[in-house]
Amino acid sequence: MAGSNPNAKPMNLTLNVWRQPNRQAQGKIVEYHVKDISPDMSFLEMLDVLNEDLLHAGQDPVAFDHDCREGICGSCDLFINGRSHGPEKGTTTCQLHMRKFSDGDTITIEPWRANAFPVNKDLSVDRSAFDRIIQAGGYVSVNTGGAPDGNEIPIPKEISDRAFEAATCIGCGACVAACKNASAMLFVSAKVSQLALLPQGNVERKTRVENMVAQMDKEGFGACTNIGSCAAECPVGISLENIAILNREFLAAKATSNNLA
Amino acid sequence: MLLDSKIPEGPLAEKWEKHKFNVKLVNPANKRKYDVIVVGTGLAGGAAAASLAELGYNVKAFTYHDSPRRAHSIAAQGGINAAKNYQNDGDSVFRLFYDTIKGGDYRAREANVYRLAQVSVNIIDQCVAQGVPFAREYGGLLANRSFGGAQVSRTFYARGQTGQQLLLGAYSALSRQIAYGKVKMYTRSEMLDVVIVDGQARGIVTRNLITGEIETHAAHAVVLATGGYGNVFYLSTNAKYCNVTAAWRAHKKGAFFANPCFTQIHPTCIPVSGDYQSKLTLMSESLRNDGRVWVPKTVEMAERVRKGQIKPQDIAEDDRDYFLERKYPAFGNLVPRDVASRNAKMMCDEGRGVGSTGLAVYLDFSEIIKRTGADAVSQKYGNLFAMYEKITDEDPYQMPMRIYPAVHYTMGGLWVDYNLQTSVPGLYATGECNFSDHGANRLGASALMQGLADGYFVIPYTIGDYLAQTPPKPVDTNHPAFAESKAYVQARTEQLLSIKGTRTPTQFHKALGHIMWEYCGMARTAEGLKHAKGEIQKLRKEFWQDLKITGTGEELNQALENAGRVADFLELGELMVDDALNRNESCGGHFREEYQTPEGEALRDDENYAYVAAWEYQGDNQPEKLNKEELTFENVKLTQRSYK
Repeated sequence: MAGSNPNAKPMNLTLNVWRQPNRQAQGKIVEYHVKDISPDMSFLEMLDVLNEDLLHAGQDPVAFDHDCREGICGSCDLFINGRSHGPEKGTTTCQLHMRKFSDGDTITIEPWRANAFPVNKDLSVDRSAFDRIIQAGGYVSVNTGGAPDGNEIPIPKEISDRAFEAATCIGCGACVAACKNASAMLFVSAKVSQLALLPQGNVERKTRVENMVAQMDKEGFGACTNIGSCAAECPVGISLENIAILNREFLAAKATSNNLA
Repeated sequence: MLLDSKIPEGPLAEKWEKHKFNVKLVNPANKRKYDVIVVGTGLAGGAAAASLAELGYNVKAFTYHDSPRRAHSIAAQGGINAAKNYQNDGDSVFRLFYDTIKGGDYRAREANVYRLAQVSVNIIDQCVAQGVPFAREYGGLLANRSFGGAQVSRTFYARGQTGQQLLLGAYSALSRQIAYGKVKMYTRSEMLDVVIVDGQARGIVTRNLITGEIETHAAHAVVLATGGYGNVFYLSTNAKYCNVTAAWRAHKKGAFFANPCFTQIHPTCIPVSGDYQSKLTLMSESLRNDGRVWVPKTVEMAERVRKGQIKPQDIAEDDRDYFLERKYPAFGNLVPRDVASRNAKMMCDEGRGVGSTGLAVYLDFSEIIKRTGADAVSQKYGNLFAMYEKITDEDPYQMPMRIYPAVHYTMGGLWVDYNLQTSVPGLYATGECNFSDHGANRLGASALMQGLADGYFVIPYTIGDYLAQTPPKPVDTNHPAFAESKAYVQARTEQLLSIKGTRTPTQFHKALGHIMWEYCGMARTAEGLKHAKGEIQKLRKEFWQDLKITGTGEELNQALENAGRVADFLELGELMVDDALNRNESCGGHFREEYQTPEGEALRDDENYAYVAAWEYQGDNQPEKLNKEELTFENVKLTQRSYK
């Protein structure tokens, strides 16, 4: 095979996988064994192998969310050996490769654990709470058409770059899963920062942060206690600085609120 | 059947303006009496749903994802074209139009492409206003780069994540309308049929992927924005869920399928590493701006590389063949995708491929790293280099990347007229799922442009014309056509579950992908295509006798979802082969070995094949009927594409 590591030996692994038939049912860890796993496989390709084995054996395959398999869509969301997206820093589950594991390893695979992310089935969770937070204000209110020329709003490169860094959040929920409080502050702060930094977001700056934080609380996410595991486990490196920006924006908005509601 | 493309009269540059004036308008107070269904929430669907809701229509939007932010538009790396001419380098609407028509090897409609170039400038303005953080210069103005076969810098980008930023922009606009209650969003809902009432599209049937419930939804018009069908090849750069099912079910309900054989093979993808491979990963075309493509000059040297006896960085300059620079001195490494892909294949066919399978060529950054330093290169391509290293465990700062072509985009799709309406009244197709703007080959940074053009700036006008002529009476799902569609979907689900054979959906999918790649991939022959047709028919028969899936239809059942999609791919595959066999010429991504110039370039036959092949479904296992839309070119001269 054209893999980069022709000498790497296939591995045999033990998997402890969370199985839960549906949202209401009680779940449990079930042990499986997979054989001849290539170190060049992605973690999800390893799960594909397990699921093909299960199907052939007439058993229900393990449900998990995934799609692009190149680290950008934010669908995949596995809690691997107690860590969001597994052991490799700055990596989504789909980009985690089996060369990070060794022959004979036991790997525990769970869904995100948070009250605001109920389990759909097995490893698939419902993250629609994130969508509702964005719906509460994570946008600039401009209709299609009538926008001024793109170059009419010059934006300093460093500001634009910082906004971009915040905007790269993929909405996977790893921050929530990593946080002992199941707080969504990093997710919320990324969008608030992006739009607070840019002139386009200025008009709705106060109402945006107030409404998004209110929705975050309503969804049942926990409070932030500045531990920082969210940023440490974020696959795309969203910085903790964004939470500082969020706190400042929130306080400033509350102090000078023109939110009449 | 005569296909009326409804291209407006008048000079090219005035068609769209005139058409916008001539279309009928829906009274603002009446807009809320109309319901529109939008299927798919990528760039085209998200933009359409948001824009239609802003106008006042009631929109129901559907996606099989858990959120409207996940569609595969998000993975587009390189950028989005617009004829802004901010760089003062000679760009114009006409030049973007010309490049796109030529790049598509003269198999696209002039009027559509010109409109695309016209609205391209509005897209950038719209996205900036939404807060999309495009790359900027130190003076604060928007930055551009040249990209994929263009000789001007007209590509706007957000590092290597342009698709993500544009999709999140559309998602934010959509989210705002969901909050206002103007869009009702249905996530984890897969469309499995279109409902036709009295010849008009009046709704859809979906399966709730969590509960398995089969649901019916009614509306005055249906917009499909369901993406491309590249996964018919099993391995492609598409996301795993990308499929043809929505478009195919529409096809079976009367929407013609146009130019299905026009598929794009992207030259710069990470090569296959094993049988377990589930997808292929693209390395952005922007890398060809600075990376140089080469293979060893001799077969002997290539063999030593393949055996690991010599490292690429130790091969002397004189022993390297920078084949694109050698063969195409004017465009060099920036030749269009089809040309670059075909040449990589030729090198590997000659035995000069690298990597242990010999199915790869090098993309080398050593020169630019030497010239500008690793930091500068990292600024530009850092995330791509990191992704490459993650997948291959090789450091592209130290040794050249290995790349190979892979299926990336499908230019073919549902036939639409100038209004983006399919051959079924009230049924529209936007973005990659239609066939309209890219001819036989799409240029880089044009997919994002088309998706957003269709969604933000075309469909809001053209659908109004249709709705204005449709009485605003409520439509409901009690019409027998809904029950009929629902019964069809339920029966098909039951059938898939009842086979209880021995082979999984993935096994069938891989087998189909193998046939398609071998015989209907980068190079095609009449003989190979005929063989493929028989193989696909055989495989399809086996599928319905030997499929194995577990579980029930009343739960989250990913194997069942997959089986339904593979079943549709097994039908589409045959149509692609028929289309490739019918088109006795080479053009763009469609390369028939029998039709090439002495230099091995695609040889078109404008006399006989300057038409859109629009296929009409005739029933299960029946040959489809070919309808032709003749393409007329009044503003460009058809020439042999040359990038020398």
